[in-house]
Amino acid sequence: MNARWEHFSHEADMGVRGVGATLSEAFEQAALAMTGAVTDPQSVEPREEVAIECEAPDRELLLVEWLNALVYEMAVRKMLFSRFEVQLDGNRLHGRAWGERVEPARHHPAVEVKGATYTALRVAEEGGEWIAQTVVDV
Amino acid sequence: MDPGLFKRRSEYEWEIPPQGAMRVPAVIFASEQLIREMDQKVYEQASNVATLPGIVRAAYAMPDAHWGYGFPIGGVAAFDPDEGGVVSAGGVGFDISCGVRCLHTGLKRADVAPVAALLAEALFSRVPAGVGSTGTIRLDPGEMDAMLRGGAQWAVERGWGVPEDLERIEERGRMSGARPEAVSQQAKNRQRDEMGTLGSGNHYLEVQEVTRVFDESIAHAFGLHQGDIVVMIHCGSRGLGHQIGTDYLKRMVAEAARHGIVLPDRELACAPINSDVGREYLGAMRAAINCALANRQIITHLVRGVFADILPHAQLPLLYDVSHNTCKLEPHRVNGGVKQVYVHRKGATRAFGPGHPDLPEAFRDVGQPVLIGGSMGTGSYVLAGTARSEELAFSSACHGAGRAMSRHQAARKWKGRQIVDELAARGVLIRSPSMRGIAEEAPDAYKDVSAVVDAADAAGLARKVARLEPLICIKG
Repeated sequence: MNARWEHFSHEADMGVRGVGATLSEAFEQAALAMTGAVTDPQSVEPREEVAIECEAPDRELLLVEWLNALVYEMAVRKMLFSRFEVQLDGNRLHGRAWGERVEPARHHPAVEVKGATYTALRVAEEGGEWIAQTVVDV
Repeated sequence: MDPGLFKRRSEYEWEIPPQGAMRVPAVIFASEQLIREMDQKVYEQASNVATLPGIVRAAYAMPDAHWGYGFPIGGVAAFDPDEGGVVSAGGVGFDISCGVRCLHTGLKRADVAPVAALLAEALFSRVPAGVGSTGTIRLDPGEMDAMLRGGAQWAVERGWGVPEDLERIEERGRMSGARPEAVSQQAKNRQRDEMGTLGSGNHYLEVQEVTRVFDESIAHAFGLHQGDIVVMIHCGSRGLGHQIGTDYLKRMVAEAARHGIVLPDRELACAPINSDVGREYLGAMRAAINCALANRQIITHLVRGVFADILPHAQLPLLYDVSHNTCKLEPHRVNGGVKQVYVHRKGATRAFGPGHPDLPEAFRDVGQPVLIGGSMGTGSYVLAGTARSEELAFSSACHGAGRAMSRHQAARKWKGRQIVDELAARGVLIRSPSMRGIAEEAPDAYKDVSAVVDAADAAGLARKVARLEPLICIKG
């Protein structure tokens, strides 16, 4: 089973879905899917590391917290991220994200993510893999 | 959707009678064709809004309604604070006070055509657009708060515009009741270098030509004539508004539970208007409205600078500025009387009719200009508020075309370069930092804005005044 990410359709915006063998891996892949809404993640060099800590009452809300923490870092640092590491400790998340400053000529960023929503939000184990998904407002 | 699902009130009004937890009906304004094409989610979301505490009259959806977050995009709903009414961050949207502003130029196509490419390049280089772009203005904490309290008035005081602009902006350029202290430090951090930036996604700056006038006398009052060139700016409150949306959505999920409000969808998270969280959100949202008004004012100043260099005889007075993601306290007819209610318009434009006291003198007899942005490279419209719109939908009209397909599908179907070339062949110049962004915003990824506007006109929500078509489009 390979960890992977994909987009799913939402009429106005974009659904991001991460799939992995563990919950942490699904969260990492969901973050990659969010970068994929902006640019091709392979075009982003993992040069600089940013640490992220968050928590929430349940794991679905935690996914939204994690993605929103990344949206914030992308916005204030003008960065894009392409590598993620997530450690879960109950409903606390210790994360690290690696990326670089956005360069329009190289990254051709399509949209800026405004925030992660609670629409189509789902974190669940299905057929032996974990799925973490929600819609991001772009 | 199947039109058979509705009770048809009139040719353009489709009612969902109250059922289950719905406190009031839901009403969609649309032609039969638009109803058939509309996403089933609009039915579900409009019905969900109708379950919220304190809602009055009905949950409305405009002809461009589509699947949103909790509330449909194109949704209008008003709440009575004395009846336990709520305010919802999702009911306003992430891009608080996203809106459209239109500037006259006094020019005709023949004036612009010889310098169109030069103008496109200059607008693209001087108005920051796209992901990661920053403006030249840096706000220290004191100036940030002054901007959040002062809106476009603040911008004009700092030299970005003229006092005459303020008459032509909703709330005269400054939303009162803003509370900068209710705006998180993160939200302010996101805004520090984003003043005067266009953003990305469906935001744009276009140079357009009036290609058709439907109502000569209202067009005259608006200062629009066949062949006129105008500038249309579509953007919002940038990172600050987005972060406020994020911050309060989260707080409202907890707050709704604390007040025993049952949410059919978490995204409908809300707080009673008469609660600390409700009041704080209103204060923060009003600050974000000011941020959006200041932002469009600064962009206006940048655009005027470009025209001054290239077409120095052009004058660019403001026609009007509307916001289509807001919650505002307004007097409306409720249960035979007039009440102060909180009207959420999410992807819907306020459309005051003739005689409304909040309108500037110039529009008092004809109604408020309602600016409708079409999709990139197609067409936009100017409408006017009607007297009837008050009884129909709290004086509200549509806001745009609405997507017909997701970004995901659009990016797979088209290439940005191909869209740029096709539009260039039709005389429309596109400038954007992202080809993929252009593909996602392809004209055919949106519904036909004309059908939406025709339905709004036929339903009586607003009156069609003029159609505009782009010559230049700067896409974020």
